[in-house]
Amino acid sequence: MNHDAYPDSYIREILNGVKSIAMVGASPVNVRPSYFAFKYLAQRGYDMIPVNPGHVGKNLLDKPFVASLADIGRPVDMIDIFRNSSHIMPVVEEALRLDPPPKVIWMQLGARDEAAAARAEAAGLKVVMNRCPKIEYGRLSSEISWMGVNSRTLSSKRAPVPTQGMRLSLNRTSVGGGETAASDRAAKNRNDAT
Amino acid sequence: MNDRLPGFATLAVHAGAQPDPTTGARVTPIYQTTSFVFNDSDHAASLFGLQAFGNIYTRITNPTTAVLEERVAALEGGTAAVAVASGHAAQVVVLQQLLMPGDEFIAARKLYGGSINQFTHAFKSFGWNVVWADPDDIGSFERAVTPRTRAIFIESIANPAGSITDIEAIAAVAGKAGVPLIVDNTLATPYLIRPIDHGADIVVHSLTKFLGGHGNSLGGIIVDAGTFDWSRDNKYPMLSEPRPEYHGVKIQETFGNFAFAIACRVLGLRDLGPAISPFNSFLILTGIETLPLRMAKHCDNAKAIAEFLSGHAAVAAVNYSGLAGNPYNNLARKYAPKGAGAVFTFSLKGGYEAGVSLVSNLKLFSHLANVGDTRSLVIHPASTTHSQLDDAAKARSGAAPDVVRLSIGIEDKEDLIADLEQALEG
Ligand SMILES: Cc1ncc(COP(=O)(O)O)c(C=O)c1O
Repeated sequence: MNHDAYPDSYIREILNGVKSIAMVGASPVNVRPSYFAFKYLAQRGYDMIPVNPGHVGKNLLDKPFVASLADIGRPVDMIDIFRNSSHIMPVVEEALRLDPPPKVIWMQLGARDEAAAARAEAAGLKVVMNRCPKIEYGRLSSEISWMGVNSRTLSSKRAPVPTQGMRLSLNRTSVGGGETAASDRAAKNRNDAT
Repeated sequence: MNDRLPGFATLAVHAGAQPDPTTGARVTPIYQTTSFVFNDSDHAASLFGLQAFGNIYTRITNPTTAVLEERVAALEGGTAAVAVASGHAAQVVVLQQLLMPGDEFIAARKLYGGSINQFTHAFKSFGWNVVWADPDDIGSFERAVTPRTRAIFIESIANPAGSITDIEAIAAVAGKAGVPLIVDNTLATPYLIRPIDHGADIVVHSLTKFLGGHGNSLGGIIVDAGTFDWSRDNKYPMLSEPRPEYHGVKIQETFGNFAFAIACRVLGLRDLGPAISPFNSFLILTGIETLPLRMAKHCDNAKAIAEFLSGHAAVAAVNYSGLAGNPYNNLARKYAPKGAGAVFTFSLKGGYEAGVSLVSNLKLFSHLANVGDTRSLVIHPASTTHSQLDDAAKARSGAAPDVVRLSIGIEDKEDLIADLEQALEG
């Protein structure tokens, strides 16, 4: 997988396929990006599990925090890692020890660890790096278009009015733009800088 | 599965729009409303806290305007866009995110006269200091960089003389300086030039011109390329630091590669207030559907008229980069192979007086201060759009006293040529 430019079909398949998401590094502080993403994904019908050893005993939007992936106690489809790039590998190692292992490792915006990605891919998992599932879900469903964001999708179909807890269709026609010279350049520049 | 990528004309018609979920209306409705009801107080709080997608108030977002924004973002190849009340408003909102009082930005000397004015006078009162550079001398941009430089601003095709700017060369200077390149793409439109593909980080437009295209609505837009890392150093606190007005949200950390557009919306548009009317958004959107057809015709007509004028005995010089032999012709071939735009200047052997009488003799061309209309337009920049500049600055920006500017419309070119012919004789 080219981790600089994912085809929409790859992201779409992941977001259409997974049902449960464990969010490592989920924060109960309501201005943190992890809180935004957790809340949105829960509203869109995903079974969300907050993982953060610092908050065990508390709830995040009615879901109890667990200390580690091993404490979840049931299979999860995807691990969404809200940690800096330097903290990714131990989480991936822990995820690979789960039985059954998750299907997808997702690293948040700004997070990248090529070695961890390679480990997960070698074990047959799908990997996404440096993306936000809330943004990608909003983009592929075009819900994010409310803010003038380029969803890079088209549809001539009448979509239902979104309501609380509703899953939205992500199966719109994809459009160029995500794979322009510009996004490749940005990805490359960021790598050069680090 | 391979994602098939629709072409430019398909995007011009479809991007951002879909049938209205409630009514099934196929054309984007005009949501002429100031405000939007909340589902409940939790929903309201989520919207105000930037946690949920949705509308609050038309100063910040509006569903008609959102379609316009996504469409232009798609045509430019950007990650997001923010529409505002005018091209000038776009420039203020962009620079507000980038400059603190005492900071500098470098701007090309060849710009729309109103922008030269805005940068020189209005922005000075904000403590934003413009440093001018010559787009025909890339070294002058390099020499203008200082530790306080926060951005570089150029026009892709410069108003009034239609000269072409070497975007890639200036993008390289911006990259080295670690500042974003802002390109005003008004006269080119993304049909002719996509500055993001050449290294621009931010594109601005006056939608008033070719994008709207019918001379009926003011508007402006800011497109975020999603390419710039705002948190690399401490130069852009609006994007990298916790925002007190949103209880400590960091814009880039939260919004990733469309953070700049979000900053323009939730810090710029929200607080400065230059919102576009949903009705104007609707008219401009309708205009954009025919952008590829119109631009092809504008350029075809402009080239024919430039050729006609070049051969006319009363004409001293024609500045149209689409003509072989024009100093910008190589840049035009590189950046705008589909056409060199439809705004250019020419000078008359009879000087200023001949220019004035030409303007008054024309019957089909309208004498007014705009460009990018379906109608052909004419103006004498030195006494109008560029009148605030002194003579040397007029000449440097391409608006010397003997120069007449044309904006060629989409009428039959034979009729336009006949009008010019009778007016030049007159
Ligand atoms: C190149 C260019 N940029 C910006 C503007 C300003 O746009 P507006 O009049 O929409 O504020 C103009 C208007 O003439 C223009 O020609």
